[in-house]
Amino acid sequence: MSQSYNRGLIEDFSRWREFSAGMWAWIFHKFTGWVLVGYLFTHIAVLSTALSGAAAYTNTIQALESLLVVRILEVGLLAVAVFHILNGVRLLFVDLGVGLEAQDKSFYASLILTGVIVVASIPTFLSGVSI
Amino acid sequence: MAERYTSFEPGGRRWLWQRLTAAFLVIVLAFHFFLLHFLNHADEVTFALSQARMQQLTYFSLMILFLITATFHGVNGVYNALVNSGLSGSRKTAVKAILGVGSLLVIIQGVRTALAWSGGVPI
Repeated sequence: MSQSYNRGLIEDFSRWREFSAGMWAWIFHKFTGWVLVGYLFTHIAVLSTALSGAAAYTNTIQALESLLVVRILEVGLLAVAVFHILNGVRLLFVDLGVGLEAQDKSFYASLILTGVIVVASIPTFLSGVSI
Repeated sequence: MAERYTSFEPGGRRWLWQRLTAAFLVIVLAFHFFLLHFLNHADEVTFALSQARMQQLTYFSLMILFLITATFHGVNGVYNALVNSGLSGSRKTAVKAILGVGSLLVIIQGVRTALAWSGGVPI
């Protein structure tokens, strides 16, 4: 049977200064997970304009992609997805018993690599948009 | 040894499926981003280009599998996060039902959209 456990003040965010790397990884993974599942539903809703015909779909996507704010949100989505993927790989390894002693370092590596990939992707994500 | 800080049932399968879908999604989500933002650019998307991809059985079946695994992984993750935060009793049952119906709707809508592009299962 599923149970929830009384973890005392672990989830008291006013104690954030005391959080360890693993706690931040847990918070970021949960936050990025919520964003991604929310986006999945939005994504399918937008793509569903294809059900109204070819012109409706093409016009909707191109109108959205012409907006700078949409491109910026896409960069944010990339950041969220890349971190969730990299930290997810870290979790899969930890689950297999690999790298548990270095789990804090692998969290920092996930953050840095996410930052590098996102910054390097910005020109591609903003190409062709008018400000 | 302290308590087990997990919302997964001991010996349950939800943990296993969350990890198996994760391993699949790591590859396919990265492929999805790379294909649709780097090889093809988002501002060049047209119905015809999406249709050309979806009319290939390999791509069509991969995207259907992607939709199902992503929905399961996301919704199962949300459910476990809520159980982890203390959700129980009739509220837990209600949340499970709402998430189940939501998952079914998004999968049905996704499959309908894929079929609108491909014009039928591309066999």
